[in-house]
Amino acid sequence: MPFSNSHNKVKMNYTAEQEYPDLSQHNNHMAKVLTPEMYANLRDKETSSGFGVDDVIQTGVDNPGHPFIMTVGCVAGDEETYEVFKDLLDPIIEDRHGGYKPTDKHKTDLNPENLQGGDDLDPNYVLSSRVRTGRSIRGFCLPPHCSRGERRAIENLAVEGLSSLEGEFKGKYYALKNMTEEEQQQLIDDHFLFDKPVSPLLLASGMARDWPDARGIWHNDNKTFLVWVNEEDHLRVISMQKGGNMREVFTRFCTGLTKIESLFKEKGHEFMWNEHLGYVLTCPSNLGTGLRGGVHVKLPNLSKHQSFGEILKKLRLQKRGTGGVDTAAVGGTFDISNADRLGFSEVELVQMVVDGVKLLVEMEKRLEAGQSIDDLMPEQK
Amino acid sequence: MNGTGRLSSEMASTFTRMLSRRNTAALVATLGAGTLASGYLLSESGISAADKKKLYPPSADYPDLRKHNNCMASALTPAIYSHLRDKETPNNWTLDQCIQTGVDNPGHPFIKTVGMVAGDEESYEVFADIFNPVIKDRHNGYDPKIMKHPTDLDSSKITSGVFDDKYVLSSRVRTGRSIRGLMLPPACTRAERREVERVAVQALAGLKGDLSGRYYSLTDMTEKEQQQLIDDHFLFDKPISPLLTCAGMARDWPDARGIWHNNEKTFLIWINEEDHTRVISMEKGGNMKRVFDRFCRGLKEVERLIHERGWEFMWNEHLGYILTCPSNLGTGLRAGVHVRLPLLSKDPRFSKILDNLRLQKRGTGGVDTAAVGDVFDISNLDRLGKSEVELVQIVIDGVHYLIDCEKKLEKGQDIKVPAPIAQFRK
Repeated sequence: MPFSNSHNKVKMNYTAEQEYPDLSQHNNHMAKVLTPEMYANLRDKETSSGFGVDDVIQTGVDNPGHPFIMTVGCVAGDEETYEVFKDLLDPIIEDRHGGYKPTDKHKTDLNPENLQGGDDLDPNYVLSSRVRTGRSIRGFCLPPHCSRGERRAIENLAVEGLSSLEGEFKGKYYALKNMTEEEQQQLIDDHFLFDKPVSPLLLASGMARDWPDARGIWHNDNKTFLVWVNEEDHLRVISMQKGGNMREVFTRFCTGLTKIESLFKEKGHEFMWNEHLGYVLTCPSNLGTGLRGGVHVKLPNLSKHQSFGEILKKLRLQKRGTGGVDTAAVGGTFDISNADRLGFSEVELVQMVVDGVKLLVEMEKRLEAGQSIDDLMPEQK
Repeated sequence: MNGTGRLSSEMASTFTRMLSRRNTAALVATLGAGTLASGYLLSESGISAADKKKLYPPSADYPDLRKHNNCMASALTPAIYSHLRDKETPNNWTLDQCIQTGVDNPGHPFIKTVGMVAGDEESYEVFADIFNPVIKDRHNGYDPKIMKHPTDLDSSKITSGVFDDKYVLSSRVRTGRSIRGLMLPPACTRAERREVERVAVQALAGLKGDLSGRYYSLTDMTEKEQQQLIDDHFLFDKPISPLLTCAGMARDWPDARGIWHNNEKTFLIWINEEDHTRVISMEKGGNMKRVFDRFCRGLKEVERLIHERGWEFMWNEHLGYILTCPSNLGTGLRAGVHVRLPLLSKDPRFSKILDNLRLQKRGTGGVDTAAVGDVFDISNLDRLGKSEVELVQIVIDGVHYLIDCEKKLEKGQDIKVPAPIAQFRK
């Protein structure tokens, strides 16, 4: 059922100018792209499920800027959003995803055999390796816009599918609202439990409605493969383990995802995907692969080096604090992951992480030994 | 393939059986993926809102309120929800939008919250089947269907309205007013909110004498003005209470929000915070009579000024003044003092005394705070079913009683719990 702005007919009593948001203090992709003319052209449109342009931009209007990252400022309420509001979203996608054009095609490659190396990142520096992505189930509205009934149906489908996984993927589902104290503590200790979002970026888009109804966490018995249900996306799929064997993490990731996809297909469902945008997710920043592959790595010397930022940029990598996107780095340990999502395949992105992190660790070792790293400076990827 | 039609009748019978069970847990658990999943169209263009209503009967959307303790959760049933889910006000506002805040916020530690809001004046009518029991619960059995609410802003009727300054540090009366024809804060569009601001500011510019003052828009405020307003304890901030943010009231902040106050800083209007307008009269010390005089005078003057331009306040004879939260219906009035009661507050009979006097205590930081030290915010509990004059008199009489108790305890004398005040005017 509609959230806040969906009574889209009332606003048509006012002119576009009267309704146009005040974006004078804003610094996000939406604010950079939206113009009064564009708003006027889009304001009377809605998707079949009733998602309008004001619904798309609400989070960007409410959140002028983020201290560490330039935010997108838009969300999709359903798959159709990307079509109906392409005049707004295409330029945002182009800006956010390194010049990706409306006519470009995105490559999907989930074959782990195509990854070179990646099994030998030095565990003295690389503390853990992780790959995550998201998947949306076609035919349902996305978290900002879905009704309680839809969200529960998504949960049911996910749980049914996941419960038939076997072997290293055999696992269990923990619904947030039925969790025992003990289960909750265990999930917190494992660093698996996700909490009700507190980030205003998520709250303003309506993703936290009805919490914790139909939200939950599924993980395999080995605790190396994890699925979040109905957090920021329908499904977030995570493969992770301690140490630096990114190859193993990625292989498990691909195998698990492929299995899940076929289980859904058996029941007559598919993931939202098209050849232009790849996998369709709630936030335009996660289009394409939706993939963030990264490591927690100790770089106390390199991180103080004046060229650290530049090196990361050349390697197409991004740094975050080890608490996730809204945190700053603590001590010398960083979360280093691919900056891109769209326009590169999954294999290509993980390859960049693997090759890039290898180089960063080598640089760290040199600086530790008091040596120069000038000869190691990379080219722009 | 007529899959949707066949599916609908199948589901209809299943859900009819489930609805009669009245057990929410059973309703939700019985929804198998197979029931709904097979009806799906795999097209990228998505399902229309109309098809969605068929695919998801009300029972599929019924909220899980098992852990909830608010008036909405106490009153809502699957039958009421089913009857109201697909209705809309003339402005397309829905029941789910009314109750979202109550679904998202199971309970408040200090106060039983209402758990629902109105999006427009018509919400109270279109969704009367849920608003009425909630109003009844919150307002001591007041029944909007049959009872009438008295409005009385004649402050000359007040007696003994001055307190001992040694105990009462400040006196304050607040209410809210909504501009008829514009949607309320949970629902309004940006243009509507700006219109509320325009209408209010234009009217306030016409105030004269001791009421003449100035508007400070939150977007245009200078650093200096902001600091002054903070020092005066006038500045309201972007709501952080999830009760308000989950209802959508903080959208587009700080657009079209602002504060108006008179030069003497005793009459203050908040624009587009939790209501279209919040009107506050206040001053240091214990002269509640003067505070209420100014309150009534200012309100009447503002009403006259908006009438001149063809606007009016939302009001009807059953619900009195219409505001966003059902808890503020009727008078929307909270009259209170900051009062020092070091001895009485430690007496075990304190709560009972307050109850019987129809008074409520809060911390001096407002509704979401606990009392600190010996200073309490004491105000009327009731809003609806008694007039403004009646409620302010209740506060005055009650606070005099509390101060009297405090003085007795100071002298080592004993105090009495007063008899409870009658609920509604007979």
